[in-house]
Amino acid sequence: MAKEFELNSVEVWDGNYAASQALRQAQIDVVAAYPITPSTPIVEGYGSYVANGYVDGEFVMVESEHAAMSGCVGAAAAGGRVATATSSQGFALMVEVLYQASGMRLPIVLTVVNRALASPLNVRGDHADMYLGRDSGWIQIDAFNAQEAYDLALCSFKIGEHADVRLPVMMHQDGFTTSHKAQNVTPLKDAVAYDFIGDYVPVDEMLDFTRPVTHGAQTEEDWHFEHKAKQHKALMDSRVVIDDVFAAFQKLTGREYKRVESYMMDDAEVAMVVLGSSVETAILAAKKLREEDGIKAGIIAPRCFRPFPFDLIRDVIDTPSLKAVTCLDKSSPGGAMGALFNEVSAAAYTTASRPMITNYIYGMGGRDFAIDEAARILKEQKAHADAGHITTPIQQFSGLRGPKLGFFETKRS
Amino acid sequence: MSRGVLATDSRGQRELGAEKKVGWDEVTQGVVLDSFVGNAKDIVNQRPEERSYNDFSSYTATVASWRIIKPVYNRDVCIDCQNCWVWCPDTSIISRDKQMLGIDYDHCKGCGVCVEVCPTNPKSLLMFSESEDNEAALASWPQKKKKED
Repeated sequence: MAKEFELNSVEVWDGNYAASQALRQAQIDVVAAYPITPSTPIVEGYGSYVANGYVDGEFVMVESEHAAMSGCVGAAAAGGRVATATSSQGFALMVEVLYQASGMRLPIVLTVVNRALASPLNVRGDHADMYLGRDSGWIQIDAFNAQEAYDLALCSFKIGEHADVRLPVMMHQDGFTTSHKAQNVTPLKDAVAYDFIGDYVPVDEMLDFTRPVTHGAQTEEDWHFEHKAKQHKALMDSRVVIDDVFAAFQKLTGREYKRVESYMMDDAEVAMVVLGSSVETAILAAKKLREEDGIKAGIIAPRCFRPFPFDLIRDVIDTPSLKAVTCLDKSSPGGAMGALFNEVSAAAYTTASRPMITNYIYGMGGRDFAIDEAARILKEQKAHADAGHITTPIQQFSGLRGPKLGFFETKRS
Repeated sequence: MSRGVLATDSRGQRELGAEKKVGWDEVTQGVVLDSFVGNAKDIVNQRPEERSYNDFSSYTATVASWRIIKPVYNRDVCIDCQNCWVWCPDTSIISRDKQMLGIDYDHCKGCGVCVEVCPTNPKSLLMFSESEDNEAALASWPQKKKKED
């Protein structure tokens, strides 16, 4: 039996330690891991819990992230509760196996500490790795601070392992700004946290010798399509379970989570859509604009990146008062508009209000994003709203040195 | 129905891909495929031909359609050493009580490993064109080679 870990009612934890403690409380059977900055302390911490008797499970040190996720797939197919952590280049190396895990419907939890992708090599936080996972068939949940990293890691197990879901879950937090920033975190007692998640219920497990099964079969044009469609439906339908788990978590802790978080959106004329640790910065900017300039600014923050909350984004955007929205993407768009811009625009296009929408690329490679800059961008949206058209290029860059960079203008007669 | 070397054998009963095509709502979650029908607790004590293989097990399917050369087995020269049985990567050598019975042509891919590892002189397994008649192949079997000085 694992020992109980003595916890204070309020602890000072960074995002990594918070995620690590949540993994410990989940009493995972197998963690197969390979270290990478800035996520290393998650699995380092987990290894120490195993070594010191706080976990009844196996910690498998492997030779690469590809092997780490492969080990997770094997252990999950065998019938265990499984998790690991990674970032950036390690995430990129895992990608092949990420698709295997979701296609095989294995509810592995991957705590991702978001970091930029090379080249140039960079250890700081941006969303390049998170975006790289967006077609992988995983549920992707985003924590904006250390408390949320703890809470949402617990929720991730309960969501992914639900019989109606059975899909792997990535729980994201921003490299350094969240992972290495110590904050007050209110944890649950070990037994309370474990009971919230519940015992692991294996499905089609390979260690059931009365029913040998094949995992990871090959299918060609006569079967592949049906299996991928079924998988997509499970991911789309997981929205219901995510809402239910968030509701159960609120009942237990009083802390409320939604697939789309919105702040001051009821009467907002302009809004910013943003992810990760920048959400809190954006909220402060919107408050400041409301107090100092009388600009009715609001913030929209997708908590759930996959399945993309098309429904809730539509709900929050479809208000007549909302005139201009800007979507902030913390990743190199690679020859396109930012992903968040594209997806939010698609959702907004199906609403009656159809606000103007612009795109900012920001914060890449860990470039700081401050309240004043968020306020400036929101003020610019107010100028669009007042003019009745987009007065800048549709895609711009925030915090970039050199001549102003932007792409595409609105065509006006 | 059975095309195997054992009378009770159900291997190779159907062509791969002949299974019933169902819609996305009926396919298994995660492409998990049952190997057997019913409780398989005792399969380790059963011979393959006694097991209730599921239709999604390749056991009952013919999966050798792309073979272009095949091993032919010559009982007269074989010493039942089981080398081919050990080395075959597709469990396509059929042996009972350490006696070699023949080739499972529904699963053999024609790799030739069995011929390589056969220690007899002449070999008890040789590769022939897929179109070659087995009786004709056996009639043309080479003689024992003399040891070279």
